[in-house]
Amino acid sequence: MHELAVTESIFNIAMKHAKEAQASRVTDLYVVIGRLSSIVDDSVQFYWDMITEDTLCAGSLLHFQRVPAQLLCFDCSKEFTLDSELAPCPSCGSAKIKVISGDQFYLDSIEIQK
Amino acid sequence: MANNTYRVPIVEKIFNANDQIAAANRRLLDARHVFSINIMASPGAGKTSFILKTIQALAPDLRTGVVEGDTAPVTIDADKITAVGMPAVQINTGGDCHLDAVMLKDGLEQLPLDDIVLLVVENVGNLICPAAFSLGTHLNILIASIPEGDDKPYKYPAIYRGVDVLIINKVDLMPYVPFNMDYFRQGVEMLNPGLTTFPVSCMTGEGLDSWVDWLKQKVAEGQNR
Repeated sequence: MHELAVTESIFNIAMKHAKEAQASRVTDLYVVIGRLSSIVDDSVQFYWDMITEDTLCAGSLLHFQRVPAQLLCFDCSKEFTLDSELAPCPSCGSAKIKVISGDQFYLDSIEIQK
Repeated sequence: MANNTYRVPIVEKIFNANDQIAAANRRLLDARHVFSINIMASPGAGKTSFILKTIQALAPDLRTGVVEGDTAPVTIDADKITAVGMPAVQINTGGDCHLDAVMLKDGLEQLPLDDIVLLVVENVGNLICPAAFSLGTHLNILIASIPEGDDKPYKYPAIYRGVDVLIINKVDLMPYVPFNMDYFRQGVEMLNPGLTTFPVSCMTGEGLDSWVDWLKQKVAEGQNR
């Protein structure tokens, strides 16, 4: 897994925005992960504590918001959400579906103190 | 919550930095008229065999360069490529589970780009991490192989979502392995409708002609851009 690379990326983005906002410290970070995106496990927080030592982000908490995938059935035109394993349309059983969202992986916001 | 706490909205993709370098790689490849493909698969799916078969079929008409990604400093794969007379660069990821855009940038600097028309990148054998790191190549190609099992699209949706071509390798093993092709293809179809797919066997040669013809056409289109 690439948790360290992910952690460093989050750190770089957070530091850039924290400095722009003239923060004295960052307390919380909110990351959004789509159901169909890369799997990121709890070890990110472990890396986070190590790489943020002596920085504006020291002691801050990462929050991961996992969002379900949104799909559209081509056959019955119904939209449905996917929160577990990939499966055909729950209404009509068709496999002709389109993924509308579910690939998200971004830093949504941070909480800072000035 | 303390009064002096502020929320700063950001909404920035976590792989933004990598994506920007990937875009620069693409510009470099376009400027040198090199068409490029990124081959991803699990370990043992047959990436190196498939690449060897492909570049042998393309030679001598098309000069192909190869960037080999490996987690350990072993040159087994790169040696096989140079043995067929094509330039190869070995990128040791130092234990990392994927190639990223910076590593490919380093690889491109070591390849004679003016001497090749096709670049093949052999990513690290892994179905999770390479999906997240775009490299800037023109096509992302996934090799699935029959012995891996028919449930892989359901277990690794991200990589099936992000590819332009699917190779189903080792189809000669179909009689010996419980692999439900309909179930497999249904998972692929849900994630990536209409995905260009080539069933092949690097052992028997089955299906390789169609793939090579298709690739030749793509390289020619790339040259004429």
